[in-house]
Amino acid sequence: MNQIDYSVEPDVVQGSLSQRDINEAISKPLETKPTKLYYLALGISSTLLLIGAISLALTLYYGVGLWGINQPVGWAFDIVNFVFWVGIGHAGTLISAILFLFRQRWRTGIARFAEAMTIFAVMTAGLFPLIHTGRPWLDGYLFPVPNQHHLWINFTSPLIWDVFAVSTYLTVSFVFWYIGLIPDLATLRERTNSKVKKIIYSILSLGWRHSNRHWHHYEMIYLILAGFATPLVLSVHTIVSFDFAVSILPGWHTTIFPPYFVAGAVFSGFAMVQNVLIVIRKIFNLQNIITLDTLEKMNKVMLATGLMVGYAYGMEFFIAWYSGNPLESFVFLNRAFGNYAWAYWIMVSCNVIFTQLFWFKKIRRSIVPMFIIGVLVNIGMWFERFVIVVTTLSRDFLPTSWDYFVPTIYDIGILLGSFGLFFTLVILFIRTLPVVSITEVKSVLKTSQPVHH
Amino acid sequence: MDDKNLFGVACLFKDPNKLLPLVKKIRELGFKNWDVHSAYPLHGIPKAMRLKWSPLGYIALIFGLSGASFGLFLTWWTMSVDYPLIIGGKPWFSFPAFVPVLFELTVLLASVGTAIVMLFVIFKLPNNRHPLNDTEYMKKVSSEYYGLVVESKDPNFDYDRIVSIFKEYEPSEILDINYQELELKYQPKVFDWKFILFLVIISAATSAFAYFYNNKVLYLPPFDFMLNQFKLKPQESSTLFSDNFGMRIPVAGTVARGEKFYPFKGKPEEAGTKLVNTLEPSEENLKLGQQKYNTFCSPCHGWRGEGDSRLNGQFPNPPSLHTEKLRNWPDGRIYHVIVEGQNIMPSYARLLSEKERWAIVLYIRALQRSLNAKQEDLQ
Ligand code: HEC
Repeated sequence: MNQIDYSVEPDVVQGSLSQRDINEAISKPLETKPTKLYYLALGISSTLLLIGAISLALTLYYGVGLWGINQPVGWAFDIVNFVFWVGIGHAGTLISAILFLFRQRWRTGIARFAEAMTIFAVMTAGLFPLIHTGRPWLDGYLFPVPNQHHLWINFTSPLIWDVFAVSTYLTVSFVFWYIGLIPDLATLRERTNSKVKKIIYSILSLGWRHSNRHWHHYEMIYLILAGFATPLVLSVHTIVSFDFAVSILPGWHTTIFPPYFVAGAVFSGFAMVQNVLIVIRKIFNLQNIITLDTLEKMNKVMLATGLMVGYAYGMEFFIAWYSGNPLESFVFLNRAFGNYAWAYWIMVSCNVIFTQLFWFKKIRRSIVPMFIIGVLVNIGMWFERFVIVVTTLSRDFLPTSWDYFVPTIYDIGILLGSFGLFFTLVILFIRTLPVVSITEVKSVLKTSQPVHH
Repeated sequence: MDDKNLFGVACLFKDPNKLLPLVKKIRELGFKNWDVHSAYPLHGIPKAMRLKWSPLGYIALIFGLSGASFGLFLTWWTMSVDYPLIIGGKPWFSFPAFVPVLFELTVLLASVGTAIVMLFVIFKLPNNRHPLNDTEYMKKVSSEYYGLVVESKDPNFDYDRIVSIFKEYEPSEILDINYQELELKYQPKVFDWKFILFLVIISAATSAFAYFYNNKVLYLPPFDFMLNQFKLKPQESSTLFSDNFGMRIPVAGTVARGEKFYPFKGKPEEAGTKLVNTLEPSEENLKLGQQKYNTFCSPCHGWRGEGDSRLNGQFPNPPSLHTEKLRNWPDGRIYHVIVEGQNIMPSYARLLSEKERWAIVLYIRALQRSLNAKQEDLQ
């Protein structure tokens, strides 16, 4: 086993690449014909997407009655998926903005990809609140548009906060991502020999010319946007958690929700980024740019946030007992030992137990185990949202109306479809735009900056 | 080509450390129109070029503050002025509940606004026609070189002098950057017929789509599921009842809640003498009467009661309501016709409340007076 010296910071980019090598390595996926493996991946993901599209079309035609929702479980897969996907998105902003503010240089290799993933995940997430209204063609009224009824939206409702939070998050993430892309697009514009690509890159790069007078402002706006994105990302999952916490249902009405949701979001998001990056660095040979050190650092973040999530699970039980509120303690006992105990224990084992393996350096640094743990974390985090939403609703205040939620094939179809949509977008992205920021990786090379005298 | 103009002279370095002294030198010599190009921001260059502190922070502050004030105005005006709603017993202006929206609008405006100002106002992008784009120089700069350009429009520009300065610093390459006059002069024409045709097509397509969507698509399933529900609408027949009427008639001998027993059944003359209209002929009551008259009576009796039925002979035309006889009838007598009907005219008792019947009587009186105005009415 190779020993790692933790006292020195490892090089962000390994294998002594030159500036030109970086151009080559990063733009190669865009300039070569895709492999069979690529088409296979695209085929699988678009099949999932198609399944989702059919389930969704049927839902739109016949209504949400096709889903397994009932009285009192009026929220189920739709909201579970929404929270899950928004959470996935949060890792991207954390990597691109928060780690940028903390001057973590290892983020450079994965920031672009993570940001793109944020956008795709938020797009996928945004679908669910829209379809769960049942008549999505009327969703325009979620925004304060002047209308013939002279009615306005209710600004005191957490669901409206959600509309603002998620749409702002999507817009700001997009701007952040696009600003980062402009110099890379300019580089590609200068590289390409194809006429069509040249036109596309010229339009998208806006005629950027790598001027240092521009870079000067550019660095400033990057800082500003990172500064805005940081509180924004925290606010988004806080507001998502308000959807529950502001209600008065036992099991939802707790003050721990905002930090607990944010930690959970980062946790699952990192797992997803790690999973996809492992695949990409393998397929496109980017092992020197997306290094093992980076992956190890991500695993450490997962370990830390996993512990936070575990703490929140424990604390919820403690407060349920300590508050002396019988309804509250009933809900939590019911979670662990009641009708959905199976979901609860899937959640606990995936999120809290398996991640403890990351205490071992060997596991943190070997690809297959960490990939498996990443997948488990995502399963666990999906079930966490399921447990929160469904157990609470299925056992509400009135025992006569208790019911058990069973998903229908349409629920499952739409869930698969959401994965299909996300991965199709990711797979298309990795061949159309540079997955790694050329600019940022170049700027952290060893010889890239002038030595100060 | 002879229409080539010199944009400037450039030199390229492979090592950023060699570039830095040249940057300092050029700045010290007092050049104005010059620039350094590199594929990523180089540390120390802004200082060496003596670039001013970027104003973007202030711009973000201004946009952020306007986002916050807009949000505050929007939430305050909609929730406590334009359509005040009490939700959860909270005051109309419940600031804490508006904070999330305020925050999001602040961030949204600040980031999008700053980005737009930077790209389109400060950088004056998009600018693909800049002479530097599409040159050998740009190609090299964007891959592994660092470049410096002195533009020919600089007041101190002197080709040979600059080249000799460059040479002192041993660049990998020195090159001229040329552009074509035509390329820069090109201005898109607004009144080009192709462009106008394009606009026309776009607007026609948009309106066609809007028309089609609003008038056709929204009436197709599933969008019309709320419009067509499994329920009986007024005047529809139904096989559920033996008389095939969808609308039901009150059981014989019952009096609806809020209604009084009508004592003058079959005694029109008595009704005429005993019933008195207690309703004030106020504007409000006349409006009510007009509305009810137009709904229930006008199909047969005509908008102004002249007996000009709109039923096109499907039903015998009723007499005019302006006859001598009717004008001399007491109010109670007309009221009685509404309650009981008369010969083939059906009863309207179950469709109109007592107040509405009297309001109709008032309205008929107003109609009568307007068509048979006396001299003194005109004053
Ligand atoms: C279905 C058509 C119809 C409707 C609707 C209708 N009427 Fe009549 N109405 C008639 C007919 C027909 C007569 C003549 C009956 C007869 O031959 O005596 C008549 C007669 C009358 C008369 C007596 C006229 C006369 O010269 O004897 C009055 C008053 C009257 N209607 C008032 C009303 C009022 C008020 C309403 C609205 C609540 C109304 N009608 C609605 C068809 C209608």
